[in-house]
Amino acid sequence: MAGAVSTLSYVASPHRRRGLDDPRWLKGTLITIAVLFVAVFLVVPLAVVFAEGLKKGFGAYTAAIMEPDALAAVRLTLIAAAVAVPANLVFGVAAAWAIAKFEFPGRSFLTTLIDLPFAVSPVIAGLVYVLLFGAQGWWGPWLMEHDINIVFAVPGILLATIFVTVPFIARELIPLMQAQGPDEELAALTLGSGPFRTFLKVTLPNIKWGLFYGVILCNARAMGEFGAVSVVSGHIRGETNTIPLHVEILYNEYQIQASFAVASLLTLLALITLVIKSTIEWRHRKALQAAANSNLRQFAS
Amino acid sequence: MTNASPTVPATGPIAPDAPPSWRAVRRRVLPGFGLTLGFTLAYLGLIILLPLAATVVKTLELSWSDFWSAVTAPRVLASYKLTFGASALAALFNVPCGLVLAWVLVRYDFPGRRLIDGLVDLPFALPTAVAGIALTGLFAKNGWFGSLLDPLGISVAYTPIGVWVALTFIGLPFVVRTVQPILEELEPELEEAAATLGATRLQTIRRVVVPALIPSVLTGFALAFARAIGEYGSVVFISGNMPMKTEITPLLIITKLEQYDYAGATALAVVMLIVSFVLLLLIQLVQRWFTAARQR
Repeated sequence: MAGAVSTLSYVASPHRRRGLDDPRWLKGTLITIAVLFVAVFLVVPLAVVFAEGLKKGFGAYTAAIMEPDALAAVRLTLIAAAVAVPANLVFGVAAAWAIAKFEFPGRSFLTTLIDLPFAVSPVIAGLVYVLLFGAQGWWGPWLMEHDINIVFAVPGILLATIFVTVPFIARELIPLMQAQGPDEELAALTLGSGPFRTFLKVTLPNIKWGLFYGVILCNARAMGEFGAVSVVSGHIRGETNTIPLHVEILYNEYQIQASFAVASLLTLLALITLVIKSTIEWRHRKALQAAANSNLRQFAS
Repeated sequence: MTNASPTVPATGPIAPDAPPSWRAVRRRVLPGFGLTLGFTLAYLGLIILLPLAATVVKTLELSWSDFWSAVTAPRVLASYKLTFGASALAALFNVPCGLVLAWVLVRYDFPGRRLIDGLVDLPFALPTAVAGIALTGLFAKNGWFGSLLDPLGISVAYTPIGVWVALTFIGLPFVVRTVQPILEELEPELEEAAATLGATRLQTIRRVVVPALIPSVLTGFALAFARAIGEYGSVVFISGNMPMKTEITPLLIITKLEQYDYAGATALAVVMLIVSFVLLLLIQLVQRWFTAARQR
């Protein structure tokens, strides 16, 4: 439920103010506390994943990852992301276009609605699809008659993944496009450009970094989702296991080293995501600044 | 909240101060309004609203007394106590730590500042299952931290403390990320003025900085708390999942589901949904109060 928090973050260079500098000892103490807190809660857990994964040497590490069930899990995770990210990309652009470029009643309600999946427990995100498509669900009997499996099969995993990642791209684009306003598009249309060309040549270049930023975050969540997918998956090895679910199964079978080895794939994904995210924030500060400012305004209003 | 935004000028032939209305919408110059709004509503309806509606309808199958006994069974009450208690304590712990982190990141320059700033978002990026096994590995009796704490008689893994550790981890970014932009925006002139008027540094902090940060701290706390009560992945590994002791409510929902007690699972889900929405409402109220305070 990151609802109101901008996922964009910037660190401006520290303000230098004469007469307001904190004493050295205080600076030292606070920096030490901050570094210790980050080290204990963030750095060491990262390190332990790789340490445990490599405990029995590099051979055992690669063996755990190259094992057929692990590869099947990787494949399903890639499929889930390949469906959820484009779906939410199209949704995000459409929602941002409607909300940011036009005025209509219920606009802010719609924005809140888009953030809803952040407020819902992942377990409930999975449960709702079981209630719709499960054997005892609304459409369960009809689906069974027609031999269609949604829950405890791949379609359920795709739906649950889409549900939990709905807000990511839309909420980056809405403030960005709101800050830019419709002026440039109107100018393009006045000059005779068609709607599609206007979008490609005017809107897209303006939002590309915000879009990329949202896609990166959406992808990380899509590949790493556990709770929602766990409820709808049925945990069939080699068939309905994603990487996080495979990690769980290995761990519960006391194959600890293999479990951490597979988990290290997801950890690498998280680290790459953070590096790309930070790089976009630093390199394209200006392009995203408008979004950050209006995110801030949104947060403040 | 967006209607008042000065950055969105009215488009087309409508006068800038004309109130938005459906008739005005029809005279838009920009194309694609009907298409994009229609798609947005259909998508949200199918992916989010319809399934949530199914949940509520499913609960209605229960009589009131069945619903009440499902959501107030002793095992369920114990899970609320753990879920809400550990979530509140984790969010509470993140308030001072988040404040210190935000302060240090905004105000001080030191080697590794950018690295730490990037790492703060790790709990958003790291899959919860990975966080769960990593923390369990660390705090188990033979783990790096567990082996240090065990001689002191403190066990973390498979106890409520473990649940608190996992929830602290996943709630870590919220207070930092809500406070950080406000701290960056805080005008140095205010603090300088306070100093000029003879305030000590401590007085300046207490009277000038802290009041400006309170709403963002409250928001950060509420977001971390709300995230924590729904959390599943990072907790199930470290908690040990003993009924009445270390079983959180989301896990109980899954347990009921696995026992084909769909109605019971749904009743619990509805309770959690209500709590989430109330929290969402409170956060919006805090923000409204925040705006009012700023405009004064």
